[in-house]
Amino acid sequence: MSVFVAILSRLAKAALTLLAIAVLNFCLLHAAPGDPAVVLAGEAGAADEQMIAQLRERFGLDQPFYIQLAKYVGGVAQLDLGYSFRQNAPVIDLIAERLPATLLLTLTAFVISLVLGIALGVAAAARVGKPQDSLLTTLALLFYATPLYWAALMAVLVFSVWLGWLPGFGYETVGADYTGLARVIDILKHLILPALTLGLFFMAVYMRMTRASMLEVSTADFVKTAKAKGLSGRVIRRRHILRNAILPVVTLAGLQAGQLVGGAVLTETVFAWPGIGRLMFESLAARDYNTILGVFLVSAAMVILFNIVTDIVYRLVDPRIGARA
Amino acid sequence: MWKRFRSNIGAVIGVVLLVLVIAIAIFAPLIFANSPWQMVQRPFLAPFAMDGLPLGTDTLGRDVAAQLAYGARVSLLVGLVSTLVALLIGVPLGALAGFYGGYVDEGAMRFTEFFQTIPNFALAIVLVAIFEPTLASITLAIAIVSWPPVARLVRAEVMSVRKREFVDAATLAGLSKPRILVRQVLPNTVSPIIVMASLMVATAILLESSLSFLGLGDPNAMSWGYMIGAARTVIRSSWWLSFFPGVAIIITVLALNLIGEGLNDALNPHLSRKGKA
Repeated sequence: MSVFVAILSRLAKAALTLLAIAVLNFCLLHAAPGDPAVVLAGEAGAADEQMIAQLRERFGLDQPFYIQLAKYVGGVAQLDLGYSFRQNAPVIDLIAERLPATLLLTLTAFVISLVLGIALGVAAAARVGKPQDSLLTTLALLFYATPLYWAALMAVLVFSVWLGWLPGFGYETVGADYTGLARVIDILKHLILPALTLGLFFMAVYMRMTRASMLEVSTADFVKTAKAKGLSGRVIRRRHILRNAILPVVTLAGLQAGQLVGGAVLTETVFAWPGIGRLMFESLAARDYNTILGVFLVSAAMVILFNIVTDIVYRLVDPRIGARA
Repeated sequence: MWKRFRSNIGAVIGVVLLVLVIAIAIFAPLIFANSPWQMVQRPFLAPFAMDGLPLGTDTLGRDVAAQLAYGARVSLLVGLVSTLVALLIGVPLGALAGFYGGYVDEGAMRFTEFFQTIPNFALAIVLVAIFEPTLASITLAIAIVSWPPVARLVRAEVMSVRKREFVDAATLAGLSKPRILVRQVLPNTVSPIIVMASLMVATAILLESSLSFLGLGDPNAMSWGYMIGAARTVIRSSWWLSFFPGVAIIITVLALNLIGEGLNDALNPHLSRKGKA
């Protein structure tokens, strides 16, 4: 029951946060230099007085600020994110069309970085002070300092251009018209490089965290007890240390989800991955504010969803939290 | 403290690298006669192909080495100033929340949480895109997305220092609350703030380069991210144009991270990473 209530309160909080972001969006739209009606008219391709007046009326720009705000927020609540004059389509349609590709990319990168990061962190902690540990920690430091988009470009250069192992462009082979399993394999091949390069930075983060956390927990009293009971080092690491050490890593992973979604803008730009990040990049050059702010809102919603999911996972991993709540 | 810092090999390497980058940034006009914007040779000249142009020329025939040196200026400047601005927002907010507690704390923390939920890179993109890319707007946008961890850290530190005896003593001595906060409590939170700030400069440099890569850099300032972004489309034929600026970013960010970790071990010895050989 308490878990149910906790989740409900999380959802209510999430709705409030989204509302606040919608208000922020509205303020940003109006803070943009220039009259929105002139901007809209310019985008639509004509900017005579009559057209501007028409646009003003059509979008309610002649009405008081608070009514405009209410209308905008009301629209957002009904998934109306405005109209993209550049692409001649409602923003929500543009996003809906591209969201699956972004979800596939970010979720894959998230899982890869978390699994590899924890595994390598455990491996490093188990060999603390030895050459393997030094090598892993140094690599993590390097990945941690590497710009996402640069890693992506170098991966394209090495694995796609020079070695020719994997495609470095797009979501599937254009014109191949694969169906069924062949299509799935084709998409997976295209997914490998973007997901790995997006996950690299976060893998380094989780690895460092797991290593530090493992080393900290390994000094706890219950570990001494387990050793005194005569359990093997491997069993102690897996059953006793890891289960406790993993909690801060899961919390951190939830918090980092926002950065993962933000990083997708860079990865999708490099790999021409047809997701909402690429959509945002394309809208930047076109100054398509409605689309930029729409993608921003949707990516914030994704982060909130990620956080709720990690919160639930956290409760499943650590029964103490449910009892406390 | 300096002894502990000096004995950390990583931290010393970090300082050496950073001093090198700073020196190149400061003396860029003396080392390179060419302006980073000036076309000096034919485009796409490979590295080491011609004397005086050690890293070759870019897509417009400009000196890549000079561009790298001038790019260091932008990276360091934006990294440093945006971190200072983030501290100006985060420290007072966190201090007030931690010191006064109650509604102040509740309000300040909800505000901070809101900014922590928003994907920070996406917000930075939106801010720079809407307020036109200039060094000032980029710096401000990075500060706006980086202050929340500072506020949380300062709040936690202030809360723990607030309960110490010398604060009670100051209260008994009749000092006013704001005075206690500024003169007695805050000075005791400086070392974790310094550690966090050094790591924040590194993150800010990564953020700045990412924005420039997307074309959201100041058009009047040469930056490493811009160089990579401009060379992206010619990666197949001229990979070095993207390669060298990336290495410059890695060296600078790595140096700052190493320094941050060294400071952490030196300033907070009781928290220093256990099992470190």
